[in-house]
Amino acid sequence: MAKETGIKSWKELNFGIAITTPGNAAELKTGDWRSMRPETDREKCTKCGQCYIFCPDMVYSKDAEGYYVQNYYWCKGCGICAKECPVDAITMIQEVD
Amino acid sequence: MGIASEALKNFKGFNLKNLPEVEPVSPGHRACQGCGEVLALRQAMKAIGTNAVVCSATGCMEIITSPFPQTAWRVPWIHVAFENAAAVASGVEAAYKAMNRKKIINQPGVTVIGYGGDGATADIGMQALSGALERGHNMIYFCFDNEAYMNTGIQRSSSTPFGATTTTSPAGSKSSGQATWKKNMAEIAVAHGAPYVATATPAYPIDLMNKVKKASLVPGPAYIHIYSPCPTGWRCGIEESIEVARLAVQSKVFPLYEVIDGEYYLSRKVAKPKPVSDYFKPQRRFRHLTDAEVGYIQNRVDEQYEKLLKKCVVEDKKKEKE
Amino acid sequence: MSKPIGIEVSLAVAEAVGLCDVDVVAAYPITPQTHIVEHLSELVADGHLDADFVPVESEHTAMSACIGSSASGARTFTSTCSQGYALMSELCYIASALRLPIVMAVANRALSAPINIWNDHADLMYARDTGWIQLLSENGQEAVDMSILAFRIGEDPRVSFPVQVNLDGFTMSHVIEPIGIPDRKEIAKFLPPYRPKLRLDPEHPVTIGPVGMPDVYTEARKAQDEAFKATKPLIQEIFNAFAKQFGRQYKLVETYKTEDADTIIVAMGCVVQTAMTAVDNMRAKGKKVGIAHIRVFRPFPAAELIQAIKGAKNLILFDRVTSFAGGEISGPVAIEIKSALFDRKLSPKVGNFLVGLGGRDVTEQNLEEMVERVASAKNGDLPAYEFINVRE
Repeated sequence: MAKETGIKSWKELNFGIAITTPGNAAELKTGDWRSMRPETDREKCTKCGQCYIFCPDMVYSKDAEGYYVQNYYWCKGCGICAKECPVDAITMIQEVD
Repeated sequence: MGIASEALKNFKGFNLKNLPEVEPVSPGHRACQGCGEVLALRQAMKAIGTNAVVCSATGCMEIITSPFPQTAWRVPWIHVAFENAAAVASGVEAAYKAMNRKKIINQPGVTVIGYGGDGATADIGMQALSGALERGHNMIYFCFDNEAYMNTGIQRSSSTPFGATTTTSPAGSKSSGQATWKKNMAEIAVAHGAPYVATATPAYPIDLMNKVKKASLVPGPAYIHIYSPCPTGWRCGIEESIEVARLAVQSKVFPLYEVIDGEYYLSRKVAKPKPVSDYFKPQRRFRHLTDAEVGYIQNRVDEQYEKLLKKCVVEDKKKEKE
Repeated sequence: MSKPIGIEVSLAVAEAVGLCDVDVVAAYPITPQTHIVEHLSELVADGHLDADFVPVESEHTAMSACIGSSASGARTFTSTCSQGYALMSELCYIASALRLPIVMAVANRALSAPINIWNDHADLMYARDTGWIQLLSENGQEAVDMSILAFRIGEDPRVSFPVQVNLDGFTMSHVIEPIGIPDRKEIAKFLPPYRPKLRLDPEHPVTIGPVGMPDVYTEARKAQDEAFKATKPLIQEIFNAFAKQFGRQYKLVETYKTEDADTIIVAMGCVVQTAMTAVDNMRAKGKKVGIAHIRVFRPFPAAELIQAIKGAKNLILFDRVTSFAGGEISGPVAIEIKSALFDRKLSPKVGNFLVGLGGRDVTEQNLEEMVERVASAKNGDLPAYEFINVRE
């Protein structure tokens, strides 16, 4: 919403309100939407990458050891990763706060 | 050799170990939790990379990725209207061709993409798509098929499957939901002579991404029909999107195949097909169907699949060609 | 400049557009614009014009493709009229809002029903609210000049709006006139290459056409409105630059024998040429008649028009389309002029006449009758508008 990033004046707009800051949607904390969040048990994880490729919100990224790590800023808690994990390494936990 | 086969001669596909890392679509988009369509879009764009111009129809993918002043697009993107993604893409393609040829710019490898949902493609966008395919523009068209006009509230489209309940084909005492069979857009693209046509779904990401990559290598128009689960509209669990898409393939409701220079290739043999009732189970949009109706649908699915198999190049025949 | 040659106006327009080195032409045929796009595709086929000619499958796709093309940074042209215009109209609003300098030649034609392929201003009026700059031409030379001017005006970074070049269908498009078409070098001197700041470019990704929710839509429209207002002086500035190079001076509103006129005819398009002959005839009989002819209809040059007509006791206002407002108010052009008069507290006697609908000829005789009608009518006796030359 404009109020989130504060467009104030019509004079600030590009032609056709074109947006020249690629990917700035990433500023929105879609993580606020969730009521459950996924947590990975590293003992079970085989680093197969299914959670990574099945996440509609690009939440997963590989860490230095090759494990896929969640970015909770964006995670909407849909649970696809937990359902699809072939070794059941991911569990959906109730958000408490 | 056909132009597609020629271009794909030495094609090397993706696998889970060498997935592209680029994310042309950023997180922070406003898709529903568990949206299968934005996942399909994400996978497709990963396969394309960043040297692209994307032309979008009005619809879920447009609304969720471009709420001013934010955009989830990290590649150039244009949205004009509902029915003309293919037409806008035709213009972009022509412009890039002319400007490169006239040495106004030096950007020869830009992939031009047009996409829309099933409504934007099979209904209101049919004309523009037909024109673009017939004129042979060097572009890819994606149809993200979630089987209804989801963005405006789950109304039926010509891509809604027989028996599905939508807000404009609701099941009731005098109706069993959608009364017509799904329009076969992939066949329509084949009939236009598009050198590369494929069906895909995000439940099989490597298959999807390889098909998208191939489409980008084939000169001329490519059409990819992507089955995209919508938990909101199909009334299944938000975590079930991938499962439902997988069931669609495993029950032969949505077979995965490619048509390269007019020759059909099945992407995935369904050795032990599941009954359509398994596919219907997680989706409340089919809950009202009677056993007889399910049986009727099962017959049709079986029939259509057999017809498709007959068209497919068989293993032996494939070996003969080599 | 090249010596004037006898050439069909449509072909001359196509030649001029070709010499402007357009990059993309996406067009669909519709009578009477067909000769323009046919000749453009010939120019491409024979290698005289290096452009991508996209033979689209409808006018809606034509404007869609033009938007895609212009947004990618290519100089883009199309042409249509009447039903084709109506079909692409949803996109014309978008082209203006996205500030894309597409140039479109409209061979003005009547709207159905009944289907009629002949000339009137239905499509010109249809486009009034779209945010396109609308230029009028009265003869073949002007049609050519306006086509060249359209690219320069639209692409000027201070303007960046699409431009509609209007030429009356058949009555202009299909007649052969002596026209001097500037050569390629002269046009290149006048028309710099098109290099927009904002374009679809993987090196500098932009998002064009996002959702504009209620908290930004008003600002978006205000920005577009302010920019459109600002185009008026820029158009005159560019007309002056054209005059300097080519020797033909155009103005937003042009006048013919208005200095001492007590009756002024306000018109646009090729009917003005007939009106000029009628005025000469009437002047010879001692009547003090003149013409204020509008060359730029959008942005509406109210100040310039009032300046031209404020001395008149009687005004003859032409409308060349029916507007079905119910009969109590005037036709579209007349209400705009009356609004400008009202704002300046002027109240001459005004007769609004619906003329030349669907290709009906407007004669010098008709003009003399209209002048007589208004001159002899008592103030307040004239209806909001009237059809002339209709079989009762």
